[in-house]
Amino acid sequence: MAITVPRPKLTWFERLYLPAIVAGMAITLQHFKNMLLGRTKVTMQYPEQKWDAQLPEHYRGAPALVKDEAGRIRCVACQLCEFICPPRAIKIEPGEIPVKDRFSKVEKYPREFDIDMIRCIFCGMCEEVCPEQAIFLRKDYAITGLTRAEMVHNKEKLLEIGGIMHGVVLKWNEKK
Amino acid sequence: MNPTTSFVIISLLKIVGIVFLVILPMVSYAVYAERKVSALIQDRLGPNRVGPAGLFQPIADAMKFLLKEDFTPAHVNKFYYWLAPCLAMVPAITTIAVVPFGSTLFGVPMVIADINVGVLFVFAIASLGVYGIVIAGWASNSKYPFLGGVRSGSQMISYELSLGLAVVPIFLLIGNLRLTEVVRYQIDHGWMVFPFAGDWKNPAGWLLAVPMWISFAVFAIAVFAETNRLPFDLPEAETELVGGYHTEYSSMKFALFFLGEYAAMITGSAIIVTLFLGGWHFPGVPDGSHGWIFGLINIFVFFAKIAALLFIFIWVRFTLPRFRYDQLMRLGWVFFFEIALVNIFLAAAIITFFDR
Ligand code: SF4
Ligand code: SF4
Repeated sequence: MAITVPRPKLTWFERLYLPAIVAGMAITLQHFKNMLLGRTKVTMQYPEQKWDAQLPEHYRGAPALVKDEAGRIRCVACQLCEFICPPRAIKIEPGEIPVKDRFSKVEKYPREFDIDMIRCIFCGMCEEVCPEQAIFLRKDYAITGLTRAEMVHNKEKLLEIGGIMHGVVLKWNEKK
Repeated sequence: MNPTTSFVIISLLKIVGIVFLVILPMVSYAVYAERKVSALIQDRLGPNRVGPAGLFQPIADAMKFLLKEDFTPAHVNKFYYWLAPCLAMVPAITTIAVVPFGSTLFGVPMVIADINVGVLFVFAIASLGVYGIVIAGWASNSKYPFLGGVRSGSQMISYELSLGLAVVPIFLLIGNLRLTEVVRYQIDHGWMVFPFAGDWKNPAGWLLAVPMWISFAVFAIAVFAETNRLPFDLPEAETELVGGYHTEYSSMKFALFFLGEYAAMITGSAIIVTLFLGGWHFPGVPDGSHGWIFGLINIFVFFAKIAALLFIFIWVRFTLPRFRYDQLMRLGWVFFFEIALVNIFLAAAIITFFDR
């Protein structure tokens, strides 16, 4: 149903418009003055000032692979994260660990592990699904690159972001 | 050196000096000022990345415009499409030729062409500016530019009238169209907006202030309309016409329209300053015949006044909303035209009565 919005009746003083114009000009000048005097709060100046210190514990930044205290890549290339990843950003090429290796019981390791950061939506599914606690979302958020290829994080890059994770389940240690 | 050669050389020096060293940098920094002031009015920071406080932003903008692809759409009328941006820029800069921007410097009068039809020349050339817009709108062969061009044409006709009528009282008073004489008169008798200055006791001066203020207001508002600035920017009207007459333009051709608008603002302010605000005169500062330093100060005063007016242009733009088109026409034809007309009789009566 159509509603007729009644137009307000203006007094002749209001219909002159000039007082309203002057009032408006005064308001904008006030804003201008407050900005010049630095009284107005402005937004954070991003590249110079950063918010990193205030990032909450649960912040979900770039996904990254971690190593354990012994320096072993925790990932066992089970590919669960590859399957769960909603935008299919992860690509894993599993490889076999040689028998003579200290960790040969683990059997598999990722020969290649790529995460395409153009596709990743920072959902955290990979972290949640990983049975090995090998992949975590870190606090890096400024991920940039000049080409598409640059935006694909390979294994080295992922390990570099991830670093070493302490205090997680170490189920392979007793089987060494 | 014979007089003709030296005249030509001095004129060329003045043209190069004023156009390339003052007006064009002023145009680009007017764009910067517009961005900065609008930002501060809207509680933002504005350009602050290129150079200290973003001061090199105009240079970066110019680089961007020059390096962009200069695209000519297939459906345009090529000849006029190329002609229009030039037509938008040229009149705006040409007008400055007759405006006295300083007293004298080393005995040389600081005006490029001191002609006796000064203000007529200004109106004649300034009204050519609309052709750039109308031709751009027509040559673009597309509906939004066309509407913008048509609007610009009718807007120009409606406001040119009040623009012309508003200055008549001044010339009734002075009896000379030469702009240097206008400035000279204002130095002797007080600025046009303060005709009572100096001779405080005389009621004629105070009475004369009434038509002068009306003239000033009407003229200033008409200049806003002539330069297509908000609240009269209907030919552009981003929100309704997608940019209006320059919708189909890109890179440097667009920049010419853009800079032409600012150049028109600067010349418009220069005319206002010359006619109403005493030109290069500042109370207590002698003219250039007392030493070159005063000549320089006079020039500086002139451009400082222009800068103050530019600030008002920007301030108004970021305060007032755009008029509806019928309101704009009504305002032009029903109010300003009549006010300016009655004002002439008022001024004439006062001048005859007090025999000024
Ligand atoms: S965070 Fe989500 S989108 Fe990104 S890699 Fe992990 S599962 Fe894929
Ligand atoms: S990161 Fe975790 S889920 Fe992904 S392949 Fe390695 S072990 Fe499996």
